[in-house]
Amino acid sequence: MTAAARLVLANVWVAVVAFALGALMAVMQALARAGIELPFGTARLYYLSVTAHGVLEALVFTTFFIMALGYLVTETTLGRIAGMQWAWAGFWIALVGTLMTTLAILSGTSTVLYTFYPPLEAHPTFYVGATLLIIGSWLWSAVMIGSFRAWRAGHPGERVPLALHGMLATVAVWILATAGLAVEVLVFILPWSFGLVDRIDPIVARTYFWWFGHPLTYFWLLPAYVLWYTVIPKVAGGKLFSDGLTRVVFVQFILFSTPVGLHHQFSDPGIAGGWKLLHTFTTYAIMFPSLVTAFTVIASLENAGRARGGTGLFGWLRVLPWRDPFFAGVALSMVTFALGGFGGAINAAYAMNAMVHNTAWIQGHFHLTVGTAVALTFMGSTYWMLPRLTGRAIAFPRLATMQPYLWFVGMQCFSIPSHIAGLMGMPRRVYTGEFQGVEAAQAWIPLVNLSAVGGVILFVSAMCYVGVVVGSMLVSPVTAREPFEYAEAMPSSTPASPLWDRFGLWTAVAVLLIALAYGPPLYHLHTMTRFPSQGFSPF
Amino acid sequence: MHVDRYERYWMWAAIGMLVLFTGAIVITAVTGAAHPPSHTEVIDPETLTVAGEFATPGVTTHEDGRVTVSLRAEFYVFRPEHVRVPAGVPVTFRITSPDVLHGFQIVGTNVNLTVAPGYVSQATTTFDTPGEYLVVCNEYCGLGHHLMQGAIVVEPGR
Repeated sequence: MTAAARLVLANVWVAVVAFALGALMAVMQALARAGIELPFGTARLYYLSVTAHGVLEALVFTTFFIMALGYLVTETTLGRIAGMQWAWAGFWIALVGTLMTTLAILSGTSTVLYTFYPPLEAHPTFYVGATLLIIGSWLWSAVMIGSFRAWRAGHPGERVPLALHGMLATVAVWILATAGLAVEVLVFILPWSFGLVDRIDPIVARTYFWWFGHPLTYFWLLPAYVLWYTVIPKVAGGKLFSDGLTRVVFVQFILFSTPVGLHHQFSDPGIAGGWKLLHTFTTYAIMFPSLVTAFTVIASLENAGRARGGTGLFGWLRVLPWRDPFFAGVALSMVTFALGGFGGAINAAYAMNAMVHNTAWIQGHFHLTVGTAVALTFMGSTYWMLPRLTGRAIAFPRLATMQPYLWFVGMQCFSIPSHIAGLMGMPRRVYTGEFQGVEAAQAWIPLVNLSAVGGVILFVSAMCYVGVVVGSMLVSPVTAREPFEYAEAMPSSTPASPLWDRFGLWTAVAVLLIALAYGPPLYHLHTMTRFPSQGFSPF
Repeated sequence: MHVDRYERYWMWAAIGMLVLFTGAIVITAVTGAAHPPSHTEVIDPETLTVAGEFATPGVTTHEDGRVTVSLRAEFYVFRPEHVRVPAGVPVTFRITSPDVLHGFQIVGTNVNLTVAPGYVSQATTTFDTPGEYLVVCNEYCGLGHHLMQGAIVVEPGR
């Protein structure tokens, strides 16, 4: 195995273990919410498991898997990862941080959910561990940029390989996003957690958190898009519809991912409505590149279907490789993301948001987006990646074929009732939705039970995935190793201007947009009279 | 860069849809005053239970019939837990917290507030339909989060 393959696989291992543990937390919640008596069915363990599920899936699984994808794309497009020792240093720092945060959560001293809103106060280990995870990911970012610059020095004027273009956009989004988190944690939370200052302002902290929190979702989504654009057309046997537009789409994510975060704070006091309206507009702007993606990727799949002999208006769909778990996972991800995207347009709607804010609708929404569009794409890509890295065939191929379909069915079963219950007013993240049997709450019960069935199906699918991955890494026989191949662009696709490969320039423009969108509301918050709060640990 | 004709149509349609969405938001915000709650009043969370409006929270009826309801959301209760208000008049809810973040959501309405220590959240609504409305906390606040429950009893207008 090559040095790069070892690095990629190390990151995949951590991601998969975190995913498995997070899935276990989720199925416990589903069963507890369905009213099934369990020995661990206490409020304390319920909220602990919500915290662990959120951190392990949303922060650990995604970050490690994306680091693996980043290294994989760098190695396969440029032929070299520059600074391997830094890549390993980043891996170990992120792993130590992950272990610290996970232990802090499992010890019951840090039940603050993955959003850790002050003045809820976790054990300092929780914050230090999370900081190390982010520092590890910054080293990943540095290695990605360093590898690109080393390649660029030897290849002046050459186009950036498209898959790498998307991963570099991911790096740019991540740096812009984590700048906000760094301010929240380093300036406000750590000094308060260590007792250097007594008080913290919850709204200031939340504002920096959501500066990070929304581009975080594009940090998850962009690598999935890279796979949709540059790998899936090849897997399906076709070509990419447009290389140039894809670059424009990736750059739009650098520009508009971050100046949107106030749409998570529509219900917050302390922030004037005008700024919330501005962030509404930018949030709708960021939907545009996703709508373009829908066209380009589906057109690429039509190209593949016709190349496979499919004819007629929809005949090309039937002949696509539906038994390939990577293809099936991505296709089902796209269907799910269309639903999730329209839900997102409702979340972002300035005043209508009040109908869904912090209700079960929200958990339904992000399980369609990050929980399926991103996670199912990543799971599918594992089936593509592993045999090419290790030379081992996929273990239990029937289980692998079934797994994405199970996930899709389980997720619809979980998410659709969650959306409906949310519209009926059911709050998210409650240990029980009984509310002393009042009439309004009674109507939620059948929906919660249906969600629980979805949760169990999802858990079965998750265990299929983990079984296939572990089997493929450890017990499958070594056979021939297929090469990593990316989709070529269709002949009709003409290149975009080299301007779209200028990452420094676009990142600078993004910084300007962030300054415009966040500067005035943050200035106002920081200069107004405020009464910061002491910490509380009610768990 | 060449962009395919159908993709160009699609992009214009996408732009059209987004303009329609944002246009609807702006028009309802301007003509229907449909805004999210964005009150910017501050308050000391450590003294609010000692004196002032939130030390004795409850319903105040103004001379012109408008009603103000002051509330505290705190570990794991809304004070007051039960509120009686008339139907058909504007009711302004004012709420703050002496401890952590809470939520204040009146099920079946669009009153949905983040409650933060140090700040006063405010929303005004008019109940058209008499009856009992459930109030829940929708922001995780600790192990008793799910126990936070209130009721708004809307009585037929006078």
